[in-house]
Amino acid sequence: MAEIVLDKVSKRYPDGALAVSEADITIADGEFIILVGPSGCGKSTMLNMIAGLEDISAGELRIDGERVNEKAPKDRDIAMVFQSYALYPHMSVRENMAFPLRLAKVDDATVRRKVDEAARILDLTQHLDRKPANLSGGQRQRVAMGRAIVRNPKAFLMDEPLSNLDAKLRVQMRTSVSKLQKQLATTTVYVTHDQTEAMTLGDRVVVLRSGKVQQIGSPQFLYDNPANLFVAGFIGSPSMNFLPGTLGEGELMTALGPVTLSDRVRRLVEAAGAPREVIAGIRPEHFEDVALMDADHAARSGSTFTATVDVLESMGSDKYAYFTVEGETAASAELDELAADSGTADTGATPGSQLVTRLSVTSHAREGEPLDVWFDADKVQVFDPSTGRNLTYAG
Amino acid sequence: MAVIGGSTAGRKARWTFVDLLIVAYALIPVLWTVSLSFKTAASQTDRNFFPSEWTWQNYKDIFATNEFVRALVNSIGIALISTVIAVVLGMMAAYAIARLDFPGKRALVGVSLLIAMFPQVSLVSPLFEMERQLGLFDTWPGLILPYITFALPLAIYTLSAFFREIPWELEKAAKMDGATPAQAFRRVIAPLAAPGVFTTAILVFIFCWNDFLFAISLTSTERSRTVPAALSFFTGASQFEAPTGSISAAAVVITIPIIVFVLFFQRRIVAGLTSGAVKG
Repeated sequence: MAEIVLDKVSKRYPDGALAVSEADITIADGEFIILVGPSGCGKSTMLNMIAGLEDISAGELRIDGERVNEKAPKDRDIAMVFQSYALYPHMSVRENMAFPLRLAKVDDATVRRKVDEAARILDLTQHLDRKPANLSGGQRQRVAMGRAIVRNPKAFLMDEPLSNLDAKLRVQMRTSVSKLQKQLATTTVYVTHDQTEAMTLGDRVVVLRSGKVQQIGSPQFLYDNPANLFVAGFIGSPSMNFLPGTLGEGELMTALGPVTLSDRVRRLVEAAGAPREVIAGIRPEHFEDVALMDADHAARSGSTFTATVDVLESMGSDKYAYFTVEGETAASAELDELAADSGTADTGATPGSQLVTRLSVTSHAREGEPLDVWFDADKVQVFDPSTGRNLTYAG
Repeated sequence: MAVIGGSTAGRKARWTFVDLLIVAYALIPVLWTVSLSFKTAASQTDRNFFPSEWTWQNYKDIFATNEFVRALVNSIGIALISTVIAVVLGMMAAYAIARLDFPGKRALVGVSLLIAMFPQVSLVSPLFEMERQLGLFDTWPGLILPYITFALPLAIYTLSAFFREIPWELEKAAKMDGATPAQAFRRVIAPLAAPGVFTTAILVFIFCWNDFLFAISLTSTERSRTVPAALSFFTGASQFEAPTGSISAAAVVITIPIIVFVLFFQRRIVAGLTSGAVKG
């Protein structure tokens, strides 16, 4: 159990590349924190620096108030679960889990007791004498976890531990990782590029982009109040819709027509000193089929537009309707990076030109037919296209 | 399905035939030698594949002479020492090549490849002169040194391929589990590299054991002459008799250590020992 503090920690490689830039993170004792970001954002480097597998170029790393920059991994009392599991293939499951204890010169009886205990928690008891090669992916993953928990370290570091599992197993393991962490109450740093894992697992989430911390907060806070375009686009699935817009007198002009901003949004935008040209962001669930709404309420609280449904996906609980928005697409460096990461840049679809809306399942929307759609004016977020800053940030 | 099944059976039969042909092609000369070693001197040229009269006389003869026994001791000693040194040096070099980035790494690999390709016969005369000047001629080190030189590239190549197979993350995991670098190497890397080390040892041993060129050129007496060279000095019982029987018997005898060596280590050369270390 420990508090981990990153104090202006930076990592610069010999070739000059800056992998992590002045990261300031305080991880409380027993907290489950997620480092998330697209590939190459420096999240694994940050984890390796906490582990001691990579040197810290500048700044200070403190565990329980003690500077550990110069300490070897074995002296930091931290356990790590690797993406590839890194099980020792020549040892049985029992030997794998006992390895850290044997190195620590723990007596045989205690080793046995602790390994049996960990195996019971992870449901590995009947596999203790098998070799890793004879285990399924999920079992190997659990052995890797077992090796980490067996010696009660100060903290767990997990480097995308679930990314090699198939989708169904991943969801199962996600819940068990979460339960295990609550049960052990050990400080955990978890790296992932999957925003669903980030949203569901962590007490707090750290969003990283090219080595810089973008925002730290609880998953819900990040979802509701993204600090900038990058966080807004990264957190949430399907992701937020972005449209170029022009601010007028209490009004926002977008390709969806003029929107009268709510008082709350207007005050925030004015206080932030917004430029005229902005990017508007609206989450898919803030749209609704007008036919299902009270006309009076719809007119008061939002704005309505009519468009042809391109594709309709019925998920059972909701319907996702996709529209094509005419005119310019929202452009910014952050949105380009997100598109590159999610692969939409490769599919030929221009990012931003497609609007995703989540409608009630009772909607009568049909592919190829026009539909009247309403959206909530109070939920519109306004971003500065040049800096990416969220002008409606209420944090 | 039936069609595919039928063609599979046909293919199996064809492959079996081809395999048998190749095995026969490779084994007939060996069996012939074995047969000759059991024939009496009079029946050497009777044109029968199997000896009409079996005898151990050829084996008794070669072990009765100091010439062969001494050569056998030289062969075993020189080959074992060369193998141990070449494998240990090769392990260090290969580990560095597989794991570290250092200046001149490509040059090192290139030069060792160059040594492997260098025609050994062109080095025989200069080596002969050098070893005579240095007093290494007709000594064990006089053979061990060139053997190590030519075995090292082989060792480095084979071993670095094996080291590359071992996932880097296992070392990191060992570090996280509290191991010092030495403990990580001894308890994680070395057990996993063992099959590679044994394979390399076998290849290097066979190379040293079988060498004739250096053995004949860099030795002059029984002091350091190895079996392949000693064989060429065998003489018949009289000058009118070819030493075919004793040469065959000696050839059979020196094949035995190789077979023992391979059989002994074969169980340890389990391919895919690292499977299960990573991924699902």
